[in-house]
Amino acid sequence: MTEKSSKKEKIPRQPMPEQDSQIRKRNFEEVPLGYTKELAVKEAERCLQCKKPSCMEGCPVSVDIPGFIKSIKEGDFAKAVRKIWERNALPAVCGRVCPQEIQCEGKCILGKKGDPVAIGNLEKFVADMEREHGNGDLPPKSALTGKRIAVVGSGPSGLTVAGDLVLKGHEVTIFEAFHKPGGVLVYGIPEFRLPKEIVYSEVNTLEKLGVKVECNTVVGKTVSMDELFEQGYDAIYVGVGAGLPRFLNIQGENLIGIYSANEYLTRANLMKAYLFPEYDTPLVRGKDVVVFGAGNVAMDSARTAMRLGADRVRIVYRRSRDEMPARSAEIHHAEEEGIEFFLLTAPTRFLGDGNARLTDVECLQMKLGEPDESGRRRPIPIEGSEFKLECDLAVIAVGAGANPLLTKSTEDLKINKWGYIVADPESGKTMKKGVWAGGDIVSGQATVILAMGAGRKASDSIHQYLTWGW
Amino acid sequence: MFEILERQDMADGTVVLNEISAPLIAKKAKPGQFVILKANETGERIPLTMADTDPNKGTITIIYQIVGKSTALFKSLQVGERFQDVIGPLGEPTHIEKLGTVVCVGGGTGVAVLHPITRRMKEINNNVIAIIGARNKDLLILEDKMKAASNELHVCTDDGSYGHHGFVTDVLKDVLEKEDVKLVVAIGPVPMMKFVCSVTEKYKVKTFVSLNPIMVDGTGMCGCCRVSVGGKTRFACIDGPEFDGHKVDFDELMQRLQAYKEQESVAYEKFLHE
Ligand SMILES: Cc1cc2nc3c(=O)[nH]c(=O)nc-3n(C[C@H](O)[C@H](O)[C@H](O)COP(=O)(O)OP(=O)(O)OC[C@H]3O[C@@H](n4cnc5c(N)ncnc54)[C@H](O)[C@@H]3O)c2cc1C
Ligand SMILES: Cc1cc2nc3c(=O)[nH]c(=O)nc-3n(C[C@H](O)[C@H](O)[C@H](O)COP(=O)(O)OP(=O)(O)OC[C@H]3O[C@@H](n4cnc5c(N)ncnc54)[C@H](O)[C@@H]3O)c2cc1C
Ligand code: SF4
Ligand code: FES
Repeated sequence: MTEKSSKKEKIPRQPMPEQDSQIRKRNFEEVPLGYTKELAVKEAERCLQCKKPSCMEGCPVSVDIPGFIKSIKEGDFAKAVRKIWERNALPAVCGRVCPQEIQCEGKCILGKKGDPVAIGNLEKFVADMEREHGNGDLPPKSALTGKRIAVVGSGPSGLTVAGDLVLKGHEVTIFEAFHKPGGVLVYGIPEFRLPKEIVYSEVNTLEKLGVKVECNTVVGKTVSMDELFEQGYDAIYVGVGAGLPRFLNIQGENLIGIYSANEYLTRANLMKAYLFPEYDTPLVRGKDVVVFGAGNVAMDSARTAMRLGADRVRIVYRRSRDEMPARSAEIHHAEEEGIEFFLLTAPTRFLGDGNARLTDVECLQMKLGEPDESGRRRPIPIEGSEFKLECDLAVIAVGAGANPLLTKSTEDLKINKWGYIVADPESGKTMKKGVWAGGDIVSGQATVILAMGAGRKASDSIHQYLTWGW
Repeated sequence: MFEILERQDMADGTVVLNEISAPLIAKKAKPGQFVILKANETGERIPLTMADTDPNKGTITIIYQIVGKSTALFKSLQVGERFQDVIGPLGEPTHIEKLGTVVCVGGGTGVAVLHPITRRMKEINNNVIAIIGARNKDLLILEDKMKAASNELHVCTDDGSYGHHGFVTDVLKDVLEKEDVKLVVAIGPVPMMKFVCSVTEKYKVKTFVSLNPIMVDGTGMCGCCRVSVGGKTRFACIDGPEFDGHKVDFDELMQRLQAYKEQESVAYEKFLHE
């Protein structure tokens, strides 16, 4: 056994073929090109098939990781993807956007001495194979129960609930405020990281299974939750995401050329402003761009600005490199594409010209002090260290809050002091009878897989309720 | 859904009325609320206030001025054609209560937005004085409807081609001098609302205005529609579109409306060319 495993370790981690950074930084095509079959099998051979697979401990939805990798090794890709589906309905999405380095790959035993198995890349590979070459088989559906469920919001958590419950024989309708389904997967995460065709194909599968998708429906405005119950829905799942942009609250923030990341990315992705004037929605195309924040949202904004023709794109972040919350692959890709990082730097005010157009942002340098409540060392301003960065476009990507539209219009849905919906962490049950909630509107902005995990727990609980009662 | 059932050119073809099938929205909409419309796949999301609704027929009516590419595209849609997307009702409804004498001031296409509010104000027995204005006689809209919706109607034109020669603010001053006005509602071009507010401020009469910043989602998700009211940033799509006019930073709003001037003319030229 030891001999066998040491031999295996000699196969190096198979790098993901990618578009060249100097070319891709000006186009919107996907960055990773995907493994070939040969690369995938070779990578799969690295897996030790551990008896107690530590990778699975790192997976929030406990995918049978060695199980699906074994099927890849055996060349049975269809079987591999079905293994993942048992726990995760959106592998093509998760393979691309999960923070594997702190989840499965972060726990993989091979990572102790060398590089962990490229679990994310393999997940993406089998999901893409299935989408492009699979036989289109739909999973089996239970007999119809006659129960009706309304899912509010079509992000990853809503899609998960819809998929789970339609398979259990319930009638599911998704209500989405935007004109297209998919949530952040469509309006936020850019095409070069997650092609929209993938999300639409997932939604399409749900529709084939019988899920109805009603876009242009703002629950709380077009129809209230109580009206949905009156219309005969037996249960409601609320997965409306965080959806409230956070601003810096500094002077000059309403100058032209300053966007919340939500606005910037929605214009670019959902409204396809990058194809203006073929598409009608305009967007400020900055030459000198500054992005505030260092999470995935900030990386996406910075890399979008670069693709829209910027000369310089700078990320300004008040903490240090170690605290940057983005996936490591995104930080790496951003650096390769020439994005500059101004760490330990915080903005103090925006300056504009006579036409209220942004010209500069004034920043302050910081140093790290004692750890704060979050355990991260608190940044402290260095007095007199102000300096200016010239810019004609600024994107604020410092997090999101809870959008109050739905909760304000539904009085008996209890919210906490930050406006997030109060729900039982195990079942997703809210304080309002017949209503479940999960994803970012409960946890605050988190990740796709956590939103899906919350959806899974809620769909189990909803199914129990529809079978046995509240 | 969203089929155009009726269509009418107004104000010399510079303004268009569409009655659209949208039963869910028609059932819920209240005066002062708006919808967001998108004509087709490549279209922009355009906010327009509902000028009327008919819950029984399941229709909403919009009245819009042709100012650029998207409104020109809307204008080209004929009866029987559809908007791809209509979302609403959005925004907070106008706060309507019985106060006594209420003055409703409308300029340009703003009169269309003002009409349902005026009508409702009168229905609940306010004494409603309406003042509407346009650049000239041909551009004036909804005079008859506003007459029916109010107790007293004054019409102004900038060039004197009809009614009072001058701005709505001239007539407003007279009314404020003579009457015990409890509330002014002003809807129209931003400069007009700004002038109305500077007049009513002198008379210390509470004034509501309806703001029209550029929007994207209309649900409080993007912050594009942010306006400064009383020194605080508010989102017009969920906190408004109506605000206390004496607290609004109109200059900032006017500047922000210019954000895409260049790209808008590129798009409009291209459209007119095709
Ligand atoms: C730019 C960006 C990049 C990201 N990158 C990553 C990443 O790489 N990896 C990762 O794991 N996570 C990432 N995230 C976070 C992740 O996308 C979210 O945690 C996840 O999408 C939350 O899912 P959700 O289903 O709770 O809500 P959302 O995806 O936010 O979907 C909610 C949906 O509900 C709709 N809605 C809202 N209100 C209503 C209403 N009243 N009526 C009807 N519909 C309504 C919204 O329009 C939206 O479509 C990123 C987020 C952003 C913004
Ligand atoms: C809540 C609200 C209600 C409105 N109601 C009406 C109405 O009932 N009737 C009417 O004629 N107009 C109304 N408007 C204004 C209308 O939305 C704009 O005239 C329209 O978007 C212009 O689009 P365009 O492509 O034709 O012109 P563009 O060439 O895009 O723009 C011309 C000017 O219109 C404004 N504008 C552009 N895009 C938007 C946008 N997405 N949102 C708001 N303003 C924009 C800008 O000031 C711009 O300079 C309303 C606006 C808001 C926010
Ligand atoms: S921990 Fe690593 S080596 Fe072990 S089963 Fe999981 S992926 Fe394979
Ligand atoms: S239009 Fe996006 S927040 Fe108001």
